[in-house]
Amino acid sequence: MATVQDVYERHFPSGISPSSWEVWSWFFMRISGLLLVFLVLGHLAIMHVFGGGVERVNFDFVAARWHGIFWRSYDWLLLALALLHGSSGTRTVIHDYVHRDGWRVLAKATLYVATFVFLSVGTLVIVTFDPATLAH
Amino acid sequence: MKVQLKIQRFDPATQDKPVWGNYVAEVEDNGRVLDALHYVKWYLDGTLALRRSCGHGVCGSDAMVINGVNRLACKVLCKTLDQPVTVEPIRGLKVEKDLIVDMEPFFAGYRAVQPWLVPDDTDPGGRERLQSPEERARYDDTTKCILCAACTTSCPIFWGDDTYVGPAAIVNAHRFIFDSRDAGDRERLEILSAREGAFRCRTTFNCTEACPRGIKVTEAIQEVKRTILYRKV
Repeated sequence: MATVQDVYERHFPSGISPSSWEVWSWFFMRISGLLLVFLVLGHLAIMHVFGGGVERVNFDFVAARWHGIFWRSYDWLLLALALLHGSSGTRTVIHDYVHRDGWRVLAKATLYVATFVFLSVGTLVIVTFDPATLAH
Repeated sequence: MKVQLKIQRFDPATQDKPVWGNYVAEVEDNGRVLDALHYVKWYLDGTLALRRSCGHGVCGSDAMVINGVNRLACKVLCKTLDQPVTVEPIRGLKVEKDLIVDMEPFFAGYRAVQPWLVPDDTDPGGRERLQSPEERARYDDTTKCILCAACTTSCPIFWGDDTYVGPAAIVNAHRFIFDSRDAGDRERLEILSAREGAFRCRTTFNCTEACPRGIKVTEAIQEVKRTILYRKV
């Protein structure tokens, strides 16, 4: 029969005591999910439903939209929360179904790298977009 | 009355995969599924393996999947079920034979939450540690657990990963965390905030529906999560 010590070691290998990481990531999922409901509905309404729908979206539309800081912030928040919410959920799915240590590390490393790359590229576009230099 | 039974039979020593065994049992009009299984074992096929002890819904030995849902065989009347009655072992644990599964991953999760009273440093002076009826009522629901594993083996998270401590373990942690006499809550909440702990719960409510004791399992898990959240965030 497993002793209490065995159970401890199974749950806290190498004596590392549990951090608050799981709690924070769970909390983040709730808050980001709540914000995303409004951000995504707003995004859908503006880009796809009202004012002519997605057909009118072209370079000039984006240039006008990203003229000010507000819509850049809105789009960056949508990008960041959707990416982090999605990757946090995928991380949980990996915990559920990938049990071999090697495969789990590989899957999570791939996930984290992909999230970092997409977030970096997206942030770069939103921050550095300048219609004056691109228009010609 | 006659009861048609379709029982999942599996002997890993001689078979590669489970097969269905069909039987017709004779039970009294108020007979339970356990009576029908006894009839099969005693009169039709003595090789049928199942666990049961008290036979009255208290010991928690005979949880099984009856017509697709987790039930105690000793608490379900045959006349309430559609026939043929299918009987399978509880899911997510390795089948040892027929309806008997290896319960060790389930009990490992149970032991992990330290399911015993951790007293504080005060000396009660040789007397009992007193508690008001209100303090007792705070965790009354979770004292009803009989460790039958019906909840944990109905949990899709546990099916996918048996290192998750599971709903039954969290219910039993709840029973002590909210006990006014207990001083081990900090350590228990630390254990349940680990990766295999309470935050694996995805609130599917399977556990609450499966519990033969009517414990509000998901609510207990949510109370534990909330307590951890309030202390850490």
